[in-house]
Amino acid sequence: MSDTSRGARQRLLALSTRERIEACWSTLGELPRHRCVRGPETGMAMLRGRMGGTGRAFHLGEMTLTRASVALDDGTLGHGWVRGRDHRHAELIALCDALAQHTEWQPRLERDVLAPLAEELTARQRRDAATAAATRVDFFTLVRGE
Amino acid sequence: MYVAVKGGEQAIANAHRWLADRRRGNRERAELEVEQIGDQLRLAVDRVMSEASLYDPELAALAFKQASGDLTEAVFLLRAYRTTLPRLAVSEPLDTANMRIERRISATYKDIPGGQILGPTYDYTHRLLDFLQLAGAEVPPAESRDDVTEAEPCPQILELLNDEGLVEQELDDGSEPADITRDPPDYPMDRAARLQMLARGDEGYLLALGYSTQRGYGRNHPFAGEIRLGQVEVEIHVDEWDETICVGEIALSECQLINQFGGSREAAPQFTRGYGLAFGHNERKTMAMALVDRALRAEELGEPIVGPAQQAEFVLAHADSVDASGFVSHLKLPHYVDFQSELDLLRRLRREHAQNTSFGQSESHGNPATEEETSARKSGQGKHDREGGVHGL
Repeated sequence: MSDTSRGARQRLLALSTRERIEACWSTLGELPRHRCVRGPETGMAMLRGRMGGTGRAFHLGEMTLTRASVALDDGTLGHGWVRGRDHRHAELIALCDALAQHTEWQPRLERDVLAPLAEELTARQRRDAATAAATRVDFFTLVRGE
Repeated sequence: MYVAVKGGEQAIANAHRWLADRRRGNRERAELEVEQIGDQLRLAVDRVMSEASLYDPELAALAFKQASGDLTEAVFLLRAYRTTLPRLAVSEPLDTANMRIERRISATYKDIPGGQILGPTYDYTHRLLDFLQLAGAEVPPAESRDDVTEAEPCPQILELLNDEGLVEQELDDGSEPADITRDPPDYPMDRAARLQMLARGDEGYLLALGYSTQRGYGRNHPFAGEIRLGQVEVEIHVDEWDETICVGEIALSECQLINQFGGSREAAPQFTRGYGLAFGHNERKTMAMALVDRALRAEELGEPIVGPAQQAEFVLAHADSVDASGFVSHLKLPHYVDFQSELDLLRRLRREHAQNTSFGQSESHGNPATEEETSARKSGQGKHDREGGVHGL
């Protein structure tokens, strides 16, 4: 994964499934203890669209959203947000955020969790693009006469 | 004297139990799983999310199951659930230009950057019942192109026309949009509020209104400039990091209509636009929405208001299926006392009518009490208008 910023990590984890994060997470072994300092709690985000795709904003409707904040034993805070109502998913994102701030954990998190998830996300998006491309119309022109 | 009556508790409990039993159906068959509905009946799920105005495929599938497939009931269930959740954030405007495209077509240009991508569509199917599905035949997986490793960029088609100034530009003036879930709608309503109401409006209703404009009731000659379906990332601003972050992606449908010209002494003629946006794969809904959005711009564009679809208050006040079914359904509630008073009044009117007839025609307007009653009855229609307001969720 080239972009290791907090925002890029949050995005990757929000676009991955909880099951896959959990599976990668379990390979980390013994982890620092943590407690939830906020949530996990489910609410909504009001989604905005733009008139004509580029113009003034309007409210399209809401979606469910879950957020969590955790604190590691040493007080390091981590936050996570994810579409939907999966508390564990939000908690795992917050845990990754907290762990990534530790120099000794960061490389292992990167190698065992984030890198495989990034690879899977890219593969999934490629697969979707390849499926869509198979339905692209190739026009051909019929020549009349000679 | 007011007499309260009470009863039916056991009947109601048993009725609901029968309903649950019906819903479960034949016990020798496996029960339908919510996950299966989300997976295999996804267009129903998308419609429920769209009209309930809440994006959550799992809950929409649950609502669909709980409602035994009654879409209007499912919309009501999900809309009601929505009121139990706090609002944690407001998203950045969704960037549909950066959609991961599943379908993207234009009826105005054949050759477009990114191409015409049909996606999983019912278009071009022959609408013949497929008896192989009845027999449970295996379905082959979707075809894919091995040579494609990256989605080709698909710029918005209308932006291409923008370069020549041929179509009105949609620009962001940074204004804060109205929110009909927080502020009661007021007429005349600005376009942001109208679009919010249309986005949750009943598809059948909007389809009929959109169709009416095509048949001549407020014609504005549309072209499907672009229709796109796909996944869009949702971004919210979080205070904790003071930055904008992605929290996941959602499926969206978008329809951009190009309509006939406006222009004035000052402004050169330009194509005008109608816009539709909806949760999930909801192509027909977005097309209907865009037709009605454009029709409702009649006043702004100086067009004569001649069709029902151009009358904002009529269109918008009746678009919501939860409001509409609530008020229609309330007719089923006991109106025993209301009806008794109508009966009394009708009997008196008939008695007086009989008396007047026997006295001859000249006496027929002579009873002031009766006239008062009758006019009160007529104005009683106003009562229902007021009653209607309380059903809004």
